[in-house]
Amino acid sequence: MKTYDKLIFELSKPGRKGYDLPKDNFATDGMKEIPATLLREKAPELPEVTELDVVRHYTNLSNKNFGVDTGYYPLGSCTMKYNPKINEEVSAMPQFAALHPLQDASTVQGALELYYNLQQALANISGLAEFTLNPYAGAHGELTGLMVMRSYHMSRGDNKRTKVIVPNTAHGTNPASAMVAGLEVVEVKSKPNGSIDVEDLKPLLDDTVAGIMMTNPNTVGMFETEILEIAKLVHEAGGLLYYDGANLNPLLGKVRPGDMGFDIMHINLHKTFSTPHGGGGPGSGPVGVAEHLRGFLPNPHVRKNEKGEFYVDFGKDSLGSISTFLGNFGVMMRAYAYILSLGKENIRNVGPMATLNANYIKESLKDDYLLPIDGVCKHEFVFDGLKDKSTGVTTLNVAKRLLDYGFHAPTIYFPLLFHESMMIEPTETESKETLDEFIEVLHKIAKEAREIPEEVKNAPLTTIVRKLDETGAAKNPILTYRALKESVEG
Amino acid sequence: MSNRFIPHTDEDIRKMLDVIGVSSIDDLYGDVPQEVIFKEEYALPSAMSEVELRKHFEELGAKNKRLTVFAGGGAYDHYSPSTVAHLLQRSEFYTAYTPYQPEISQGTLQYIFEYQSMISELTGMEATNASMYDGATATAEVMFMMVASARKRNRVLLSATLPERVINVVKTYAKFHGVSLTVVAEKDGVSDLDGIRKELEAGDVAGVILPTPNKYGIIEDYTGFADVIHGAKAFMAINADPSTLAVLRTPAEWGADIACGDGQSLGMPLEFGGPYLGYISCSKSMLRKMPGRVVGATKDADGKRGFVLTLQAREQHIRREKATSNICSNQSLMALYATIYLSLMGPEGLRKVNEMSCDGAHYLYGKLIESGKFEPAFDKPFLKEFTVKTSLDMEKVNRRLLDNGIMGGLLLGDGLVEFAVTEKRTKEEIDKLVTLMLED
Repeated sequence: MKTYDKLIFELSKPGRKGYDLPKDNFATDGMKEIPATLLREKAPELPEVTELDVVRHYTNLSNKNFGVDTGYYPLGSCTMKYNPKINEEVSAMPQFAALHPLQDASTVQGALELYYNLQQALANISGLAEFTLNPYAGAHGELTGLMVMRSYHMSRGDNKRTKVIVPNTAHGTNPASAMVAGLEVVEVKSKPNGSIDVEDLKPLLDDTVAGIMMTNPNTVGMFETEILEIAKLVHEAGGLLYYDGANLNPLLGKVRPGDMGFDIMHINLHKTFSTPHGGGGPGSGPVGVAEHLRGFLPNPHVRKNEKGEFYVDFGKDSLGSISTFLGNFGVMMRAYAYILSLGKENIRNVGPMATLNANYIKESLKDDYLLPIDGVCKHEFVFDGLKDKSTGVTTLNVAKRLLDYGFHAPTIYFPLLFHESMMIEPTETESKETLDEFIEVLHKIAKEAREIPEEVKNAPLTTIVRKLDETGAAKNPILTYRALKESVEG
Repeated sequence: MSNRFIPHTDEDIRKMLDVIGVSSIDDLYGDVPQEVIFKEEYALPSAMSEVELRKHFEELGAKNKRLTVFAGGGAYDHYSPSTVAHLLQRSEFYTAYTPYQPEISQGTLQYIFEYQSMISELTGMEATNASMYDGATATAEVMFMMVASARKRNRVLLSATLPERVINVVKTYAKFHGVSLTVVAEKDGVSDLDGIRKELEAGDVAGVILPTPNKYGIIEDYTGFADVIHGAKAFMAINADPSTLAVLRTPAEWGADIACGDGQSLGMPLEFGGPYLGYISCSKSMLRKMPGRVVGATKDADGKRGFVLTLQAREQHIRREKATSNICSNQSLMALYATIYLSLMGPEGLRKVNEMSCDGAHYLYGKLIESGKFEPAFDKPFLKEFTVKTSLDMEKVNRRLLDNGIMGGLLLGDGLVEFAVTEKRTKEEIDKLVTLMLED
């Protein structure tokens, strides 16, 4: 099966079909009422295949994929935890899946109750006053959160606050979100250990600053120990603190962002709350705010009245709407199921176990891999490539070699703080045995780098495709089957 | 410590702490200021077993009411073959990360390539990205794309016939980003070319966004629009329901540079509003300004065909504050949904879906007009969704319908009611709807 390499279009044969529809019992011919000038000239060239063709094709494609269910992902900053199966089951229940988003509230009380309960649970877990579940993804949450930040300042007539401070180690999404929200980015330097340099921050804090975007633990997995000082400084300067929830996992059970002084945050339900990454989405990026910012959250909002009924509300101070309907409800159902499965007892162990796993890997491998920042990390840490730089084996080579051994690669060349960054995040759902296997393989690769470096540089050797020509793909983009056919036919 | 998602035994933990060289888990948080350590109990229920969880979801589910849907407004109750949902449960697809390691992600990369190919076939455009969050945010990104592509022009025109929910989201994005937005008033239920022409005269317009079908369900005639818009050196985009593009004149045929919209109509479950997907297609000349991920075909070291994420120099994680979009994901699994749906339906199936919906919609329309209680709001062509005018108390009528398990038309104000009919609605269901509506 590994050799399967057809496109669905290449299975197509005119006249084949993969569907059945009921008989059209209407005597009316609606299409006749539409003038021919409004109709397309030629039918789209979609594949014509049978149901079995489709089933085999996509099953074969699935076999060319790696997922959490296939093997271990040490992917830093991505929190690739196990996706419980019961969550898939309950989220597919037709009692929810068949609901139209504009149904009258009286007919969707169960869905709204679930939505409301999740808003409340996230608020409690985060130490914030209120959450919106509308944002579709982490980056969408960032954008929404920054819109809240601007709305707050504008509501006070404080229109000159147009700058947002972002650490130079931050993920590229932070400055990009700031740009989209109409804010100007000011970078604050990091100390050699990756923490924000408070002395560098102080002079930046003037009356043009809308706020600061941070993660804690930060991008290198270290807790920002001066967070309370930073919060005090930013608040005194009239700014707000934004918490990027990408690194929330190690705090579950230990620390709440709201208690550290953060005013706004987003959560990636697909990271911390175990909803599947889906090959890149759909995710969900709820945004939470402190009490004084509640009114600015986007429309619509789900609320509960005195009679205990749930309803969809549109606030007048709201920043506006950022989604067609109420967000990715299907993703919310999974996160809600996960929170209920853990319960108030087990959620306490999530952060500590994720942190234990990260430190265990770090300590087990620092003999072969360069650890630029020593000390206890949280859920993730960064190696600066192999310790022995004489072999010429790079972080990319190590990452690709891991694929040969059945592991996903870590996040590589990020953060930009180091030249050969390898960012490793194990999550709490992996057993000691899995971690030991991973550690053993990374030791083995270090040994190979010393003994057979050329082989490591050629990796991967056993995957279904080998190193792909990315330069060629970008230079001459072939983005559709039609273009592919034309390129082959010349 | 151990539960079904957290594997460590006490012995595991002890051994691991030994390797780390600390004596307790608390030592791992020794750097956290004591005053921020959370010592209370979470205000959450106790852990539920699967038995309890299923029961809880069933109880919540019982508080919902499944209805026979005659409403659209951007979410349509289309049929989806059983095969789609089954294949989507392949966990190699849904538990995968973004395909940054192409050697072990060919499954994801290939279906995205197929998705891009199929959406491009529907829109008639040369390129399509790997998908966006939803149709409204995709339209907002199109606004940015136009401003980024036009030199020193910062105004975008929206036809007032775009769905209200789309306009609202675009307005929010425009307000914060600082794009000047003008909603051009409609004329007889359709986009007003004269009004657009007048706005274009100012010379500051980067682009114009138009819908098909529009917020009333009308299939608009864009004859002459492209000439006027391009003549003013502005870009033209059409927000189109992709399902209807199996039969309707495509954005490319109308002369648009960009197409965008919501993919829900491609058989996706209503799911109380999401996840769906947004799509953006464009002409080759605009490709490098298109936001989001794109997959391209290439070859591996042995000359074998393979697929990779490409043109990444455009993306936010490279450009940081110079980026023109902050999107760094796609609705990948929903793109797979659309791809499998379109593979099964094929060109003929999707055409039939439209024909049947169109027949049903015209049947209902005829019955309503015939009753004398409804009159045409606009005498314009429509496909599966249409708007009529009535003096009936529709709030009351819709409540009666709800009591009978039916979701009636959407109330647009001023006595306008909008109905949607899909291929799932039978003649009997429509007859029942009409009878109930006309009861008093």
